[in-house]
Amino acid sequence: MGIEKSTIEVMPSVRQIPGTPVFITSIDKIFNWARASSIWPMTFGLACCAIEMMATGASHYDLDRFGIIFRASPRQADCLIVAGTVTKKMAPMIKRVYEQMPEPKYVIAMGSCACSGGIFRTYSTVQGVDEFLPVDIYLPGCPPRPEALIYALLKLQDKIKAESGKWGFWRK
Amino acid sequence: MGLSLVEVNSKQRGASSFDEPFYINMGPQHPSTHGVLRLFLELDGETIINCDPKIGYLHRGVEKLAETLNYNQTIVLSDRLDYIASCANNTAFCLAFEKLFGLQVPRRARILRTIVNEMARISSHLLWLATHALDIGAMTVFLYCFRDREWLLNIFEKICGARLTHSYVRVGGVRQDFTLEIIEDLYKFTEVFPERVLEYETLIDVNRIWLERTKNIAVVSAEEAISLGLTGPVLRGSGVPYDVRKFRPYDAYDEVEFEVPIGKNGDVYDRYRVRMEELRQSNKIIRQCLEKLSETEGEPVLPENAPDLLIPERVREPEPKPHPKKGFIFTGKEVPVVPPGEAFASIESPKGELAVYVVSDGTNKPWRLRIRTPSFVHISALPELAKGHMIADLIAIIGTLDVVLGDSDR
Repeated sequence: MGIEKSTIEVMPSVRQIPGTPVFITSIDKIFNWARASSIWPMTFGLACCAIEMMATGASHYDLDRFGIIFRASPRQADCLIVAGTVTKKMAPMIKRVYEQMPEPKYVIAMGSCACSGGIFRTYSTVQGVDEFLPVDIYLPGCPPRPEALIYALLKLQDKIKAESGKWGFWRK
Repeated sequence: MGLSLVEVNSKQRGASSFDEPFYINMGPQHPSTHGVLRLFLELDGETIINCDPKIGYLHRGVEKLAETLNYNQTIVLSDRLDYIASCANNTAFCLAFEKLFGLQVPRRARILRTIVNEMARISSHLLWLATHALDIGAMTVFLYCFRDREWLLNIFEKICGARLTHSYVRVGGVRQDFTLEIIEDLYKFTEVFPERVLEYETLIDVNRIWLERTKNIAVVSAEEAISLGLTGPVLRGSGVPYDVRKFRPYDAYDEVEFEVPIGKNGDVYDRYRVRMEELRQSNKIIRQCLEKLSETEGEPVLPENAPDLLIPERVREPEPKPHPKKGFIFTGKEVPVVPPGEAFASIESPKGELAVYVVSDGTNKPWRLRIRTPSFVHISALPELAKGHMIADLIAIIGTLDVVLGDSDR
């Protein structure tokens, strides 16, 4: 094709027309780069894991350096970290919060309770948030360490970067 | 419709009442309700006429689940009640079980329990100060408090391997002794910590916004506080010097010297002062206990007749098996059968008085386990405290009660 001859590859799948500030790449790559570099999770704590989520956002572990800033409104959030035990009374609220979030949206099930119900196999506990939400990352631990949450968020970044035509008007 | 600007303004300030009240729903998804507390508010302009707390969004059925587990396994559930200070819950459970079993706790174990309890109190109050100040608008305090909390959690990690859910206290004593490294770390911490408390105070004590938003808010008189059933720093802020550590000493609290700080006016500011003073007193208690640890060097931390955890012992098979995963067989230790009876124990948890009542019918599992948690009682006092205040003050009132929803819903 003509594009390969007239351009040079400066980065993987990013090509430049020589001598001009014109780059050619796919729209997925640009959007995924933007989405992965500024994941804004929802400030939504349920139980014990929320304390570790706060500790991750606070001074020692500092999530801001990954471009991750907690937002209090679901309208401004990209990612829902379900941090804690999901009870049957709380499940409709979580679903509503998820529905209020604009696309693209991702879900991290943080902690054993959100993954599978954990030690609470009782009449009032939902056995895992994946019974009613599409979960992207499962993060086990009771509660997981802040390093584990950072790892989960980095894994989510990898997942976002590998997406193709999933969200937006050009979706397949 | 047709209101003049003056009328609208006076109604917004709550000077005159609207024809009909305004109902709004706060929570369960709200960054300042400390979890999943839902409040149904009846408003007149911005003034709260009535506040109806709805709880149960974190009801996990701990009391029912405890009936299916044996006594040592129940301690793991107690971690998840008040997850900010899990050692306090562990202690309450174990004190009740020890009364049931008729066990004597060794002195060294009692001192170790006192240390971890006071560490839990410090970490709980630090988290309270961080979130309370963040809600009111002082974000710097949040970052400073979490810096020192991380230090404390690192020490906890060296003690028992967990940051939040410790399960360090066991029926009869504690799981394992402190190493020298932990004692050194704690000495370092207790030396530096009083300066750190001073640092937090310089951040907010002279802050005019902080003073305006905490003074004369949610005033509770001593009589009111007692009739509402408030305990802990919330009661002591009203001037009642009630502390379970002084009245019914458990663990090693009868051996250490400390003061019970009390407030005067019973407002949000006084409760803040009480908690800051408690931070210093806890530091003092840890310091005294560390010196007592050297007296009891080498003593056991678990009595001989303590019930064992059902930890499987790994016994290697004499001849190698072809399947790699079947090289071990698991045998558990027997859990003793508990005499029928009932026991009650209460402790001073960081939030207030935490009590456990347990009934045994003679098997190795509790027949009934009832937990009296401070947060549940404090939430029930919320309508009384919030009545007549502005909606913005509600955030300060929720913060000052220091409720944890895992504690209240169980």
